[in-house]
Amino acid sequence: MSAPTAHRSEGQLRRALSALRHDPLALTGTAVLVLLVVVGVAGPWLAPAGINDVDVDRMLQPPSWAHPFGTDELGRDVLSRVMVAARVSLQVGAVSVGIALLAGVTLGLFAGYYRGWLDNLLMRCMDVLFAFPVLLLAVAIVAVLGPGLLTAMIAIGVVYTPIFARVTRAGVLSVREQVFVRAAVSIGASDLRIMRRHVLPNIAAPLIVQTSLSLAFAILSEAALSFLGLGVQPPAPAWGRMLYDGRGFVTDAWWLGVFPGAAIFLTVLAFNLVGDALRDVLDPRQLTVNEARRSTG
Amino acid sequence: MSDAAVLAVSDLTVTIGTRRGPARAVAGVDWSVRAGETLALVGESGSGKSMSVLAATGLAPRAARVTGSVRLLDADFTALPADRRRRMRGRHVGFVFQDPMTSLNPVLTVGRQVAEAGEEHLGLTRRASRARAVELLDLVGIPSAAQRVDAYPHQFSGGMRQRVVIAMALACEPDLLIADEPTTALDVTTQAQIVELVADLQRRLGTAVVWITHDLGVVAGIADTVAVMYAGRIVEQGPVDAVFGRPGHPYTSALLAARPDPGGGGGDLVTIAGAPPSPLALPAGCAFWPRCPVRSDARCEHELPPLVGVSPAHHVRTFYPQRTDGEGHEAS
Repeated sequence: MSAPTAHRSEGQLRRALSALRHDPLALTGTAVLVLLVVVGVAGPWLAPAGINDVDVDRMLQPPSWAHPFGTDELGRDVLSRVMVAARVSLQVGAVSVGIALLAGVTLGLFAGYYRGWLDNLLMRCMDVLFAFPVLLLAVAIVAVLGPGLLTAMIAIGVVYTPIFARVTRAGVLSVREQVFVRAAVSIGASDLRIMRRHVLPNIAAPLIVQTSLSLAFAILSEAALSFLGLGVQPPAPAWGRMLYDGRGFVTDAWWLGVFPGAAIFLTVLAFNLVGDALRDVLDPRQLTVNEARRSTG
Repeated sequence: MSDAAVLAVSDLTVTIGTRRGPARAVAGVDWSVRAGETLALVGESGSGKSMSVLAATGLAPRAARVTGSVRLLDADFTALPADRRRRMRGRHVGFVFQDPMTSLNPVLTVGRQVAEAGEEHLGLTRRASRARAVELLDLVGIPSAAQRVDAYPHQFSGGMRQRVVIAMALACEPDLLIADEPTTALDVTTQAQIVELVADLQRRLGTAVVWITHDLGVVAGIADTVAVMYAGRIVEQGPVDAVFGRPGHPYTSALLAARPDPGGGGGDLVTIAGAPPSPLALPAGCAFWPRCPVRSDARCEHELPPLVGVSPAHHVRTFYPQRTDGEGHEAS
């Protein structure tokens, strides 16, 4: 037990980052994410045309130098709309995963630390949420709260809370049996202090991994909600919504669906690559496998 | 050395609910320790030595039912509400656990961990508690403490980590230090250093020490009084010289005989035949009788032997106290 613990603590994050530097897939994923963030932040200024510049003379034009991603049925520049929509996706990802992280970690921490009836109550509630298909639950929540960006973010946040609660609880269960937690109890540290200072930092690794993977799923869920007309409302651009609008033109104007779809694909892929790579370098068991591989290979 | 006990335990019983029924881990134990004094609790694994101390300080697992009375300083500790108990324990009792490799949090600097108790109980500011941490690390003999205060536990050796744990335990200048097999996980040279460190700190700070161990060599070196535990009960209790020099209980004699003798050549170790009874099914009479070399009548099997005094401070729980010169038995 002590060996991997000692191993992991050796500047865990620094080790992880240096390991990531030598992983081409992780580097690619990171590069895509950086590009995405730049576009997300500066999209409206970088975009070659306004997102709502309707021009009926240019409608449904295929990709060209003037319009690299083509134009839609109202003559709007698809590239500009895809770029501006990146902000929506990132925003939804960040806010909804933030909600899920905050709620899930809090619930999982209390459930795992106090065990007993509180644990049962909280985790059974999480099981109920978990039992619903993700999209069905999100749609139900949006139906109650009304469609829009904010409710989409809340709905996705609620849907992804149970996974964070479970990951947290599992980590807490093993950490709270460690002697250093007993030592903290013995010096009279309060429960909240123990949870915050001794338990939480020791379960950061699985939470970081879960966060990066959940970002991908959250963005995918937002696209699905937008596709169903339950997310961002037109004329504001969102990738899912653009897919929906483009589906009628699939045979005549493939670029309407392909480019927003490719944007979703690349974003989700990038988050997954980074998430997988993080899991490899932060998971102590995986770590030893990798090191064994490195030393023999 | 004052006469009032820092921690006094009387008739302490710990019953742990398990799936196979209640297990009696500690059965009616009495001991006390005064300022500046060292009490050693000796016994094999599962004899209840750790459990009696954890229960006395309110750290028993939740499945355990604890009865009996515990006085910490002048307070009736068992009667205090949980929050008062937590604060009183943190302020007045320091703990050193067995394995220094796991008793430190790997993601916090040692300074932060040593400082924690002071922040919690003495209301020290971050700055003051850091200065105090340096002072404490220096006190427990960590070289260049001012630099090492920002190091992480993995950057320390086992012995140095145990020094850090001791510094943590001493952070609030406790009246009582509880050392739960603090040297078991260390190599022999380091063991001796840690024992010497605790003895030295005790002399300087006047702390009472309860030392839980199965290492009789350590006990002889540091303890004032010894309580030998077997199957949840104290079978022999008294000043260390009396108990080791003239053991009155056949179990104590057997333990002393089982010690490896470094000068005695490569002969086989002396062992005690059999195994301790399960706390789920303790014998009705003396718990030691199935393994006892001197048992001779039916009372052993059915009747709990009384704790009898072989000298004013030296008590033995047996029907056959062994002769005070340590040779043979009064009756056998």
